[in-house]
Amino acid sequence: MNAPSTTGKYKWIGTRPDRPDGADKVTGRARFGADFNLPGQLIGKVLRSPHAHALIKSIDISKAEALPGVKAVVIAKDFPEQPNLIVPTGEMQVNLRDVTRNVMAREKALYEGHPVAAVAALSETIAKQALALIKVDYKVLPHVIDVAEAMKPDAPLLHDHLLTEGANPPATKPSNIAKRIEFTKGDSKAGFAKAEIVIERDYTTQAVHQGYIEPHAALASASEDGQVQVWSTTQGHFQVRGFCSRLLNIDTSQIRVTPTEIGGGFGGKTVVYLEPLAIRLSQKAGKPVKMTMTREEVFRASGPAPGGNVKVKIGATKDGRIVAAECTVEMQAGAFPGSPVGPSCMCSFACYDIDNMYIVGFDVVSNRPKVAAYRAPGAPISAWAVESTIDILAQRLNMDPIELRLKNAAKKGTKTAYGVTFNTIGMVETLEAIKNSDHYKTPVKPGFARGVAAGFWFNIGADSSAASHVGEDGSVTVISGNPDIGGSRASLALMAAEELGVDYDKVRPVIADTASIGFNFVTGGSRVTFATGLAVVNSVRDLIRELKVRAAKIWKVDPDGVIWENGMAKPAGANVGTFEPLSIADLAAQAGRTGGPINGHAQLNVTGAGPGFGVHCVDLAVDRDTGIVTVGRYTAAQDVGTAIHPSYVEGQLQGGAVQGIGWALNEEYIYNSKGLLQNAGFLDYRMPVASDLPMIETILVEVPNPSHPYGVRGVGEVPIVPPTAAVGNAIARATGVRMVDLPMSPPRLSEALDAATPRMAAE
Amino acid sequence: MAKIHITTTINGAPTEFLCEPQQTLLDVLRDQLGLTGSKEGCGSGDCGACTVTIDGRLVCSCLVLAPEAEGAKIETIEGMADGDTLHPLQKKFIEMAALQCGICTPGFLMASKSLLERNPNPTETEVRYWLAGNLCRCTGYDKIITAVLDVAAEMRESAR
Repeated sequence: MNAPSTTGKYKWIGTRPDRPDGADKVTGRARFGADFNLPGQLIGKVLRSPHAHALIKSIDISKAEALPGVKAVVIAKDFPEQPNLIVPTGEMQVNLRDVTRNVMAREKALYEGHPVAAVAALSETIAKQALALIKVDYKVLPHVIDVAEAMKPDAPLLHDHLLTEGANPPATKPSNIAKRIEFTKGDSKAGFAKAEIVIERDYTTQAVHQGYIEPHAALASASEDGQVQVWSTTQGHFQVRGFCSRLLNIDTSQIRVTPTEIGGGFGGKTVVYLEPLAIRLSQKAGKPVKMTMTREEVFRASGPAPGGNVKVKIGATKDGRIVAAECTVEMQAGAFPGSPVGPSCMCSFACYDIDNMYIVGFDVVSNRPKVAAYRAPGAPISAWAVESTIDILAQRLNMDPIELRLKNAAKKGTKTAYGVTFNTIGMVETLEAIKNSDHYKTPVKPGFARGVAAGFWFNIGADSSAASHVGEDGSVTVISGNPDIGGSRASLALMAAEELGVDYDKVRPVIADTASIGFNFVTGGSRVTFATGLAVVNSVRDLIRELKVRAAKIWKVDPDGVIWENGMAKPAGANVGTFEPLSIADLAAQAGRTGGPINGHAQLNVTGAGPGFGVHCVDLAVDRDTGIVTVGRYTAAQDVGTAIHPSYVEGQLQGGAVQGIGWALNEEYIYNSKGLLQNAGFLDYRMPVASDLPMIETILVEVPNPSHPYGVRGVGEVPIVPPTAAVGNAIARATGVRMVDLPMSPPRLSEALDAATPRMAAE
Repeated sequence: MAKIHITTTINGAPTEFLCEPQQTLLDVLRDQLGLTGSKEGCGSGDCGACTVTIDGRLVCSCLVLAPEAEGAKIETIEGMADGDTLHPLQKKFIEMAALQCGICTPGFLMASKSLLERNPNPTETEVRYWLAGNLCRCTGYDKIITAVLDVAAEMRESAR
């Protein structure tokens, strides 16, 4: 833990006070999704396809409906057809026609776990009995799971209408390739002609789940007059409102969504699964309906992040200057188009200043659950390939991997492959932070090897609203609309206290439901502390403007003659007059005589998100007999802008790094020959546990974002980008075997080591 | 089927409930007794979010049948604070930011308390293995482990 450089510059920002929701979360008082109940509620359950790909010839719900205690059954015909219309969901985009089919299968079941019906009953037991009474007549179709297989011309087709967008020449026949995209900078062919060393490799990654510990849960109550209330564990209650409004043809104003505390999301709770079903069931039954997923349902039918195949080619001169780079990414979208292949391509070489680049991406559907965002969606997949290839280059050149990256690092003025020219960024500073770290300067322990890798994420801004209300006693409530997924209440309160000049504990941050604050885009894209933070700062500035007006009224002077300093209204100068400063409490006490309630508001479309860069360094040992990897030391450095609450910034780096370690070493979706998921539980889908890990050291590199009053950059997503390659690079240096397929799990790694023996130095 | 009448003690309070033989203790705690601090993350004993103690033994309440509570003393997260005074582990978890989303926190706290009752001077490795039955996806465990080691040191200091 390093001390952020901002310490001392501000009173509150950069300090580490207790989070406002801390006591509730250590006592069990905090209410998460499944903790909400209403009198008279029914329990809803979903019937899911047992097949990877099947035509739904008919569904007979009559016996289920007749079962005593069953109050409603819904199938696809209970949901109106939707137009072919793309809408944004955080960092991903979805088509409404597909969304309605994903929440309830229509013509076909497209993956194992795809909902085909839902029931609401007096108890879970009755609901499960009802599911067993629903008769679905399936015609099982040939399925396809693997991306490369799905791209073949004779592959089983998921969607008869799907023509490849962006194909050249234009597609005339349907296929599973939903989209082809490309990004070009300079002339990669000419660049490779100048290269003295060219490295080319093919890599694969598997689908991984976000792995939030709280399963999806929703409670819906529809009234006879058309009004609907929903309690949902979500990263975006406005998004839930928007989707349900569209999918059920209800005015947004008639749906009020209250976000519960959220037990993790990492991008996976930016879409809807249960909410539209719970509302429709509630409408039909006339009772509230509560639905929760089992862990197995979470694995089979929500998320995951895609796997992909990546081909990388990098050309450099002998002095280590990268002169050309190419990359092809074929990415799983799941059953419906919309993988994060775009950001994956855009991030691939974003850490580097390269003159000639050509990047192609394919968005490919297959009989898997529709992918959802997962922390820097798409970026870890291309980074795994690119950062491994750069490590090979460093080995070939016999160069220090940090020096090679420094030589090619993106900086202010670097133009990316996707056309953006970077403003102030911290890639160089972050590389230097690792280079100068105690970790990197300490010799590697015997039996261990060291790997490093870098990563990039854009971060986003988007729509935020906030309000600041002064209470009768002068304490302040700051209201915003983004679920707090990892301490954002604390960061928002810190910025409000700093701006207002009052103590942190005089500010109470509240997350309002969709009817109680203006629109806020999802908690995603690492945007909340940045964008909603800016809305909070602006709402406080609006509040200060009003407080100065009130002081001016009391003093009978012009508002321009009042300044705001250390939480007090003061005369701007001697010419204004001599008045005792007025605190917020003083002004609140007189509010009734100066114009009534004192509030501030802000609504913004926030631009200027500062991109983030991370560099991770890992020391690990490989057991050659078992293929088990032991991580001995791990350091994550990142350009974090300004660390508002450093503990929670460190936490983002630590948590992201560990998810990346899991992605590198263990986690994967495993399918059998029938296209059925084989490891839909935490025992077989092995996420890192405490005994797998060392402490995760962090270095917060503060390169303030010039577009934010306190220099905030998003921090949550970058940390998952570097780990897979950092681990792979260390394994390559430990064993001489370069792994190209994730995960580097014990069976895969021991197989690769056996195949390589006795040849020890692969590169 | 007739329900089973169970007499038990939960967080020191005599408690009675009726349950079906196949109901889990977790379901009864959450759905009948309003003790929703124990969380269901998996229902299969893999995540530890539902951790409670029965007669001092650390268990996943999703793997315990409710009738097994008969005559037992059960402690849940709701009983961890002493009135309005948080347990040192609870205080330290907040102070050290050892939680992000907070869904796994009740389970980690129950497991950590149980560890320190048995071993007041654990090594980092002992803490990591003791807590290996509790999944946290947000923190990377770092601050949780640090918090438990810190509390252990403070409790040893104050016991001297």
